[in-house]
Amino acid sequence: MKILVCIKQVPQKDAPLRLNEQGTWIRDDVSWETNEPDAYALEEALRQKEKHGGEVTALTAGPARAAQVLREALAKGADRAIHLEDDRFAQLDAGNTARAMAAAIAGENFDLIVTGLQSDDFGAAQTGVLLAEILGIPHATIIIGIEKAENGLKLKRELEAGHYQYIEMPMPAVLTIQSGINKLRYATLIGIKQAKTKPMRKVAWAEIEGKLSPHMQKIEKLYVPGSQKQTKKIEGPAAQAAKELVEYLKNEARAL
Amino acid sequence: MADTILVVAEQREGKLNRVSFETIAAAQAIARDTGWAVEVALPGAGIGAQAQELAGKAATHVYALEGEALQAYTSDAYVAALKAFIQQKQPRLVLFPHTYQVRDFAPRLALALDRTLISDATGYKYEGGKLLFTRQMFQGKFAADVSFGGDAPWMATIQIGAFRGDQAAPGQTPVETVAAAGGDGAPRVTPHEVFQEAKQMVDLSQAETIVAVGRGIREQKNMPLVENLATALGGEIGASRPICDNGWLPLERQIGSSGQTVAPRLYIGLGVSGAIQHIVGMKGARTIVAINKDPEAPIFEIADVAVVGDLFQVVPALTEEIKKAKSS
Repeated sequence: MKILVCIKQVPQKDAPLRLNEQGTWIRDDVSWETNEPDAYALEEALRQKEKHGGEVTALTAGPARAAQVLREALAKGADRAIHLEDDRFAQLDAGNTARAMAAAIAGENFDLIVTGLQSDDFGAAQTGVLLAEILGIPHATIIIGIEKAENGLKLKRELEAGHYQYIEMPMPAVLTIQSGINKLRYATLIGIKQAKTKPMRKVAWAEIEGKLSPHMQKIEKLYVPGSQKQTKKIEGPAAQAAKELVEYLKNEARAL
Repeated sequence: MADTILVVAEQREGKLNRVSFETIAAAQAIARDTGWAVEVALPGAGIGAQAQELAGKAATHVYALEGEALQAYTSDAYVAALKAFIQQKQPRLVLFPHTYQVRDFAPRLALALDRTLISDATGYKYEGGKLLFTRQMFQGKFAADVSFGGDAPWMATIQIGAFRGDQAAPGQTPVETVAAAGGDGAPRVTPHEVFQEAKQMVDLSQAETIVAVGRGIREQKNMPLVENLATALGGEIGASRPICDNGWLPLERQIGSSGQTVAPRLYIGLGVSGAIQHIVGMKGARTIVAINKDPEAPIFEIADVAVVGDLFQVVPALTEEIKKAKSS
């Protein structure tokens, strides 16, 4: 199977985020990591390759710093990487991100494209689905099990509130992967070494720009949401905080 | 272009998804500000009774969009039917509930119409004739006001719990049955039966007290901290998704969109940051206490009590205080 995994670099989970001066985006000076659902998508791609043979290509779109998520993917076992490298790729809406990725992989003919079900930054949960529409191939979302069948794939989809469904579909296809589908591996020392010699193809903004459409949605303002409740704040030493909380639960909330 | 808001309601196997009413409530609120009319469409096969149920809410039309291909959900059949219907009706705005099913087809539908979809909106603003949708970003750490760049129909999905379904204005709306357009061929995805894994042993929805644990617990060996507090309170243990993904607690203890929806008298979150997927499952709790070392953790926005501190110190102290309070 020839597999593509689309990976996004996002701010680290615990990174304190600050707004830029215009209040339209975050400041770039934070720590970054692989979007967690994409890490599961990569792991699943590697497992499918180990079972059925083939190759795994990792792709990301973003500034030079985003190459780090590709190096990690190569170190874990991906065979090659594609980097759409430009600051402007990080600011595209989901539709244009999908168009950019489709343009970058033209002629590659992947059997299977996997990506995380959503990103930890935008959280739009759309890019994978839109990529399938642009490529004209079927898709399935929130997948927690993949088996290769005779004429395609047998998949387990997660539905809401503890429900599941098996579906079957032909390849090529795009799947968005749910976190927890597998156990993530760590990169080995040998893997990290080998990654340095694996091919990484760079795709410039100029090669893609003509394939993009005008943006159809725009973030007018990004801001810290206000509290939705009158929140009582408790700080200070643990013993004191615990006493204060229990007093509140007993006397005000009457929850004990 | 018609001055209408089309709500695409959802049913599965003949059962109406209750969040359809929340989306109708959102549409009614926008209609009050804009003067646009609310219409509702329900795709499916043999869904007359469900369409009648929707007709109990105030709107100008309920359309039962009937087609054999819509019997079991597939994205191909839904996109084909709704694309043709929207092209015919030309609504100004199309609203969907942000369900797993909608996440599966709505982005593709929007692109097929050469339009865009703002997903997971928690609210809207209508300022100077411009419609903005508010959505959470960076796992709830920020909110964004998002505008549409292109022409109508504009499309958005509404987060579960963002509007109150029981507050949707009642009405007696006429129901019209419309034959759904089919696609170019058979759907490419073949769906099988929807099922539940082994019967859930734990029903957190009935729990009076829940101690929920999140990523902040760091390691499995720290879990006894959580158990001790839950025991002292006589409560159940719940978790955010990563804890169950790690196998530190069984999936049946997961709270949130893919797990259980809970409404205890007391919810205490330990190291739970408050990602949207967890919040939608617990924000109905009467008293919400959050213990987190990050003063900007999004869970504090919906908390009644925000304890900013190190859970590894606060939780043992709290467990002791609760034991004292219970024995006195």
